[in-house]
Amino acid sequence: MAMRDIASILPLSVQELSFEADGKRLVDDVSFVLPKGGVTAIIGPNGAGKSLTLRLCHGLLKPSAGTIRWQAQNGRHRHAMVFQRPVMLRRSARANIRHALGAVGVADASSRADTALARFGLAALAERPARLMSGGEQQRLAIARAWALEPEVLFLDEPSSQLDPGATRQIEEVIAALAAEGMTILMTTHDLGQARRLSQRILFLNRGRLIDDAPTEIVFAGKASADARAFIAGDLLW
Amino acid sequence: MDISSTFAAAFGLIVGLDPQFLQIVGLSLRVTLTAVLLAALIGLPLGALLAVARFPGRSALIVLVNGLMGLPPVVAGLIVFLALSRSGPFGSLGWLFSPTAMVIAQTLLVLPIVIALTRGTIEDLWSEYREHLTSLGLTGWRAIPTLLWDGRFALATGLLAGFGRASAEVGAVLIVGGNIAGYTRTMTTSIALETSKGDLPLALGLGLVLIALTLAINAAAYGASRIGARFAG
Repeated sequence: MAMRDIASILPLSVQELSFEADGKRLVDDVSFVLPKGGVTAIIGPNGAGKSLTLRLCHGLLKPSAGTIRWQAQNGRHRHAMVFQRPVMLRRSARANIRHALGAVGVADASSRADTALARFGLAALAERPARLMSGGEQQRLAIARAWALEPEVLFLDEPSSQLDPGATRQIEEVIAALAAEGMTILMTTHDLGQARRLSQRILFLNRGRLIDDAPTEIVFAGKASADARAFIAGDLLW
Repeated sequence: MDISSTFAAAFGLIVGLDPQFLQIVGLSLRVTLTAVLLAALIGLPLGALLAVARFPGRSALIVLVNGLMGLPPVVAGLIVFLALSRSGPFGSLGWLFSPTAMVIAQTLLVLPIVIALTRGTIEDLWSEYREHLTSLGLTGWRAIPTLLWDGRFALATGLLAGFGRASAEVGAVLIVGGNIAGYTRTMTTSIALETSKGDLPLALGLGLVLIALTLAINAAAYGASRIGARFAG
């Protein structure tokens, strides 16, 4: 990745982050530091504030209180986000990637789009209208589109919640490969097995508060908070 | 003249490419297409802006534009007549009773349709695309080119609806054009005039062309939505 010559935007420092909507505090006093590298998974029950935390970090929402500070300030397009339901423009797969590259002012958009399509096994689908592709293909395209922007950090919001097991496995392989290449990944997931397979670090949120910030094996060994233990145990009982 | 010979004479005009007949059809198409083009150039960006912008009075403006979709053509004609008449603010241009005046009046009729339909289409797209485009730094007016392009098939249907309204109306072009033979006489004004004069073959021939045009517009609108579903999903 051609970013060695630029100052890293990491670590990301989140301090006392809060977000309120309609008088309800949905993210409440969350602080953590995201260093370079690795996969960090945000887990927790529905409504815990997982997706909101990602959106706040990515700058899609303004915090009600607290700060989100990147090491380098010029990094607007050096973190990218892939949404739970991939947003597919009404264009071909290739045009989707070219559009994103054009939006951030990349000159050689065509060749980079083709590189991204090839990298994620989508070269044969380049001219296919994106919205007519399968769910798994769309999610891969969304990741390819984000990857083409050469971000240092990738935010993934429930990357496989809409997918069948086969497509989920493919997406997990993609995420693991990106992490192995040095991309820093912060993802939310409700799939505890996925968090366990992919992440090295867990942020456990409950009712907007950060309850645990611990290595994945510690959390899954039941050595974190009682809440996290109950959450994991409860999930296993189903 | 009985009905069947009237029909025969009307077909004769169409098939025989009668010069007077062609002149009328040509002027109608020229005026209406120009009006739709102008309305598209103005209305597509304005409608898109209305969809993505948030400002005080936006709701009132949306209601106003929606209401103007039902603007009676004779009223649009009257407004343009007042503006272009000798004592009006643009009287010195000398545009009254010319095809230019007819284009202005029809643009006024089509514009609210284009703005309102664009606003609805783009607002739906924007709610779907907002987070992705914001993530790419495309907010406010910078999102508009993407949204207009991705809404192209639905927007084409809106423009065709505007074309349908303009090509079928008679009141506005009659008031500001004056129905001058060979100069501002359109299909609709001719039909009104020739029917009252008793020249039924010409009126009927023009009526048949108008109906064919309406069918063609609907076929095009249907085709646009089908192509959109197939190629854009």
